[in-house]
Amino acid sequence: MSTAISVRGLSKHFGDVRAVDDLDLDIADGEFFSMLGPSGSGKTTVLRLIAGFEEPTAGRILLGEEDVTRRPPFARDVNTVFQDYAIFPHMSVRQNVEYGLRVKKVGKAERRRRAEEALATVRLEGYADRRPHQLSGGQRQRVALARALVNRPQVLLLDEPLGALDLQLRREMQIELKEIQREVGITFVFVTHDQEEALTMSDRIAVFNEGRIEQLATPVELYDRPASAFVAGFVGSSNLLQGEAARDLLGVEGSFVIRPEKLQLVSEAPTESGRLSAPGVVREVVYLGASTTSVVELDAGPTVTVSHQNTDTSIDAALERRDQRVVVTWRRDHLVSLGSPDPAASPEEETA
Amino acid sequence: MSQRMILSAGLRRSLAATTLVVLVVIYVPLALVLVNSFNADNTFGWPPESLTLRWWKLAWHSQGARDALWTSIQVALAATAIALVLGTLAAMGLRRTRFFGRNVVSLLIILPIALPGIVTGLAFQNGFRTILGIQLSLWTIVIAHATFCIVTVFNNVQARFQRLGGSLEQASMDLGAGRWTTFRLVTFPMLRSALLAGALLSFGLSFDEIVVTTFTASSHDQTLPIWIFQNLFRPNQAPVVNVVAAVLVVASAVPIYLAQRLSGSTAEGLTGAR
Repeated sequence: MSTAISVRGLSKHFGDVRAVDDLDLDIADGEFFSMLGPSGSGKTTVLRLIAGFEEPTAGRILLGEEDVTRRPPFARDVNTVFQDYAIFPHMSVRQNVEYGLRVKKVGKAERRRRAEEALATVRLEGYADRRPHQLSGGQRQRVALARALVNRPQVLLLDEPLGALDLQLRREMQIELKEIQREVGITFVFVTHDQEEALTMSDRIAVFNEGRIEQLATPVELYDRPASAFVAGFVGSSNLLQGEAARDLLGVEGSFVIRPEKLQLVSEAPTESGRLSAPGVVREVVYLGASTTSVVELDAGPTVTVSHQNTDTSIDAALERRDQRVVVTWRRDHLVSLGSPDPAASPEEETA
Repeated sequence: MSQRMILSAGLRRSLAATTLVVLVVIYVPLALVLVNSFNADNTFGWPPESLTLRWWKLAWHSQGARDALWTSIQVALAATAIALVLGTLAAMGLRRTRFFGRNVVSLLIILPIALPGIVTGLAFQNGFRTILGIQLSLWTIVIAHATFCIVTVFNNVQARFQRLGGSLEQASMDLGAGRWTTFRLVTFPMLRSALLAGALLSFGLSFDEIVVTTFTASSHDQTLPIWIFQNLFRPNQAPVVNVVAAVLVVASAVPIYLAQRLSGSTAEGLTGAR
């Protein structure tokens, strides 16, 4: 697969702040690529550098084979969907969508046809003559998308485009965006701070922290094999076992994480091989509808979060466990080692 | 609605009375000017014994008033045109760049509107005549007026930029439009109502300026305010002056009304409503 975007040694400093710090990145053609991270992690700056709204302090940006590092935004074959949509308020929906073609001197008939097509892609047929202020947030979002897609760019950049929508609409749009991306086959580079959103839509995800990529992986890898405590904590929730606690509970040196849903609460320590367990006291039980989360303080020191689906156990039984002594148990191969000094001792090696 | 709950009935009544008194103090003299323009008695005896259109006819045929009006319009139009171009450019220049002394430049642009007219007038007279050796003319008035007219445009445009942010223009460039096309298709339409409001205020400021004008006008350039001032105390001209004043009261209400509507509707304008 060829490369849509290559970034080499890219840095952007704002005064003393290194917003982007010596970044290397390759995004494949036709990929749905997400940049995930907390605010201030540099993900949006990378997007703005690719779009041409910021000039890098150092490094190069290649679109396909072309070096676009010093080119202004209007001379790059990328389009952006802005966080605030940036719909032109003085133009109709059609004029907004046709804008890119109009400034590129595409003929009127062709312009109109392609605008209709783009509006159909985002399911906004019949809205061409509306004014932007007559549209809902979700519809404006679609106009912004159509306005970018109509130009058939090599790459579409999306800057937290779903951030302003309510949860219900956001979930719908996530699935729809993914469908649209498959349909048009354009590379999508998607910036978000919402890990669930990134996991739902992406082919690959780059997790950003302090201007650098902490881990670049597929959603499954990212969730099951987080490379660092930061990734483990940012993508989903997790329990961190390290130092003395790791030695006591696991019999191994190093730092390990395990997801709350991989832990179980039982009354007696199981004896089957490959299972570990630790006694503790339930401190808190939180009912979340589909699942229940229990916070258990282990006798060995650390506090862990245990999550289980509310399939058959009644919530009353779970709630009664508060302040009760329980045994937390998990499979050894569900532990994920975070850069263990001795790979042979890493529990994840057992399953490999 | 909620005000009704907070304020007691007595307080509301006294506030209403105060408002009424203030409005009466402001508008009764203005109404007097209007009524007196029809007063048959040329010493404006009160109450008017009979009404006449004589003064209006006289004013209509007064060459002095007509010339002065035309001069004022020319000056105000030219000063407004300069203010529109320079004010917009200044606001655009100070918008993106963060250079040392940016706030100082901004202050220097706004300062002339706060300076006492007599100081500005004196300074310009000195500057033009003594330092630059230029004859006072219509253009010296225009330049002097433009210094404070710029402020109204600058402030309006800057406020509009602040409210809109830069993402619309970024979107335009992102979609392939160069800098000039972006200005033509996005920036300018965004600024249109702000420019109009700024221009109306600027025109009004220039039109009724008298202090700075006195110092920067040559002896044969008479703007309307100067003509009024000079003819006010000539008994046979007083009724004509009164008519001109009445016309100005009515005429100035129009741009203020328009400017208010324009700035009031900006919230709608931003979202694209007309």
